[in-house]
Amino acid sequence: MSDQQFYHALKVDKDLCYGCTHCMNVCPTDAIRIRDGIATIRKNWCVDCGECMKACPVDAFYVEQDDFEKIFSFKHRVAILPSVFIGQFSKHIKECEIIDVLKSLGFTHVVPAEATVDVINEAMLEEQRSDREKPMISAFCPSIVRLIQVRFPGLVNNIIPVKPPIDSTASYYRQLLQEEGKSSDEIGVFYVTPCASKIATVKSPVGDEMSNVDGVINMDFLYNKVYHVLKTRAESADVCHDTVPYLSPKGLNWSLTEGEASNMTGRCLAIDEIHNVISFLEKVENDEIVNVDFLELRACDQSCAGGVLLTENRFLTVERIKNRADRINASGKYVQNISEKHKQMIKETSEVGKIEPRSMMVLDEDMGIALKKMERVRRMMCYLPGIDCGACGAPNCESLAKDIVSKEAHLSNCVFVQRMMEKTKKLDPMHSIRIIEKTWGKDRLDKDCKKKGAKNEGL
Amino acid sequence: MEFSYEVEGGNFAKAGNAASGVKKVLKQLNVDPKVIKRIVVALYEGEVNVVAHAYKGKVLVDIDTSRIYIRIEDEGPGIPDIDLAMQVGYSTASAMVREMGFGAGMGLPNMKRNADAIEISSKVGEGTVVELTTKLTS
Ligand SMILES: Nc1ncnc2c1ncn2[C@@H]1O[C@H](COP(=O)(O)OP(=O)(O)OP(=O)(O)O)[C@@H](O)[C@H]1O
Ligand code: SF4
Ligand code: SF4
Ligand SMILES: [Mg+2]
Repeated sequence: MSDQQFYHALKVDKDLCYGCTHCMNVCPTDAIRIRDGIATIRKNWCVDCGECMKACPVDAFYVEQDDFEKIFSFKHRVAILPSVFIGQFSKHIKECEIIDVLKSLGFTHVVPAEATVDVINEAMLEEQRSDREKPMISAFCPSIVRLIQVRFPGLVNNIIPVKPPIDSTASYYRQLLQEEGKSSDEIGVFYVTPCASKIATVKSPVGDEMSNVDGVINMDFLYNKVYHVLKTRAESADVCHDTVPYLSPKGLNWSLTEGEASNMTGRCLAIDEIHNVISFLEKVENDEIVNVDFLELRACDQSCAGGVLLTENRFLTVERIKNRADRINASGKYVQNISEKHKQMIKETSEVGKIEPRSMMVLDEDMGIALKKMERVRRMMCYLPGIDCGACGAPNCESLAKDIVSKEAHLSNCVFVQRMMEKTKKLDPMHSIRIIEKTWGKDRLDKDCKKKGAKNEGL
Repeated sequence: MEFSYEVEGGNFAKAGNAASGVKKVLKQLNVDPKVIKRIVVALYEGEVNVVAHAYKGKVLVDIDTSRIYIRIEDEGPGIPDIDLAMQVGYSTASAMVREMGFGAGMGLPNMKRNADAIEISSKVGEGTVVELTTKLTS
């Protein structure tokens, strides 16, 4: 276990959060605790899956992004655009129209994030021929890589050490522009992200340190901007003409479920949604899954179409992307034009450094101490009511017990234990109230008719 | 530290409950993932054998800092010839069980391979006891 802190783009707005426990209950890694009435995230435990953000009833979670104006500090402003951005628009809006609007907003170049997909696919297939442990697992979704590190440390060596296309696309386009004679510090590369986890890897990549991206823009922010322009533009606006297709069919589909699995060899499975992935990985760990060669695992339902920063319905987005891919396929117009030299460069930069296990499940490094702690946890579970209500500020009774043995909480944090202690006069009722206030914030139990669902909500 | 799990004969959906529980415990104790895997694979095979061949059973687990001891005991038909049952490929599994992907006659050999020590005793018509012991530090 390292004490290293991990960058997370996902933040809690302390003014909006009112400590309702929804996020705490859905977090697949039990990373959330309520303290002083506000959700707090344990950095080393969080895998950036965004489940908490999806569950929040008051939109208190936000994804930290760079100020859009930052793009203007560069002469050449490159937007790295994932295909799911385009997929949110209906078929009546042409790809070139979307790109034109993005350029009118300030970008000089709009590049598909999946532009290097063929080279990445090739590199992955090469790895598949190596003697790495089976089933090999794609490194596409950063949340999955983190999940494996913290919960399935025994499977880190199954991860294919090839970065997803976005990283290499960024360095490839930077290289192309430099070859055109543009100076490196005048090129700003901005990644339009569908989720918090991609930001985390751009800002602090797992495995190695360098990043080729100068800034991150949230997809919902940019979608709103583009959509607004398209909605309010004059009827007579110039209509653009697609010359060559913007992206290959494979690139369009890559970030969807089956996008990778359908392009790998042997027996391949695609699994999306983090709970599905967790239960499958449990089986992989037990050697219950035999003869599977490749696993495509994605944290979001419908993969990146279900990313937390997408605006449009994920099922519509999937349908629209597939239709666009089919149209391009039928037109036969797409040509891949990456030179051999660049292919080599992309392959070289796409290698992921060592992915270290960093289990967040161990009670103690020392097995003897861990054993003692576990015995204490089990003894404590005799007294905790097993209601898993979350009123202690931990997601369930067992988490509270573990927090207690690691000195992060007290048995008296349990509201039911408090009642029992009051009954036997071991705890003064005023003290109970103080304990509750520590978890839930002062005045939390006072009458408040403005809270969500109460009679004056929103007044 | 002791744990116990029930195993229900014929219910393949629940085979693996004990293995999952033990895995969770060993992960928290910071046991090497490779050692965990060997233990879990052996226990899972043992559970499946109870589900496939016996009526009901129990898994008792005892863990200390040096080793894990697992006792899988069942009420069932018992094994008439243990040496024969231990042979790779030997199986009396029914067609139904084979259809579900079990019955290759690999379970007991796999358990032997993955545990440091295996002890089997059985009484025909009564039941079987399989004991597995594995060191926790490599
Ligand atoms: N608990 C048990 N009770 C009764 N018979 C058993 C028990 N465990 C094993 N056997 C007998 O020993 C044989 C061999 O067991 P083994 O686990 O090696 O193979 P299998 O269960 O038939 O197939 P596989 O484990 O590969 O799915 C079984 O077919 C069965 O006849
Ligand atoms: S992003 Fe996922 S892992 Fe992180 S706190 Fe939220 S729900 Fe938990
Ligand atoms: S599936 Fe895609 S959008 Fe969702 S967390 Fe993974 S990379 Fe991000
Ligand atoms: Mg068997």
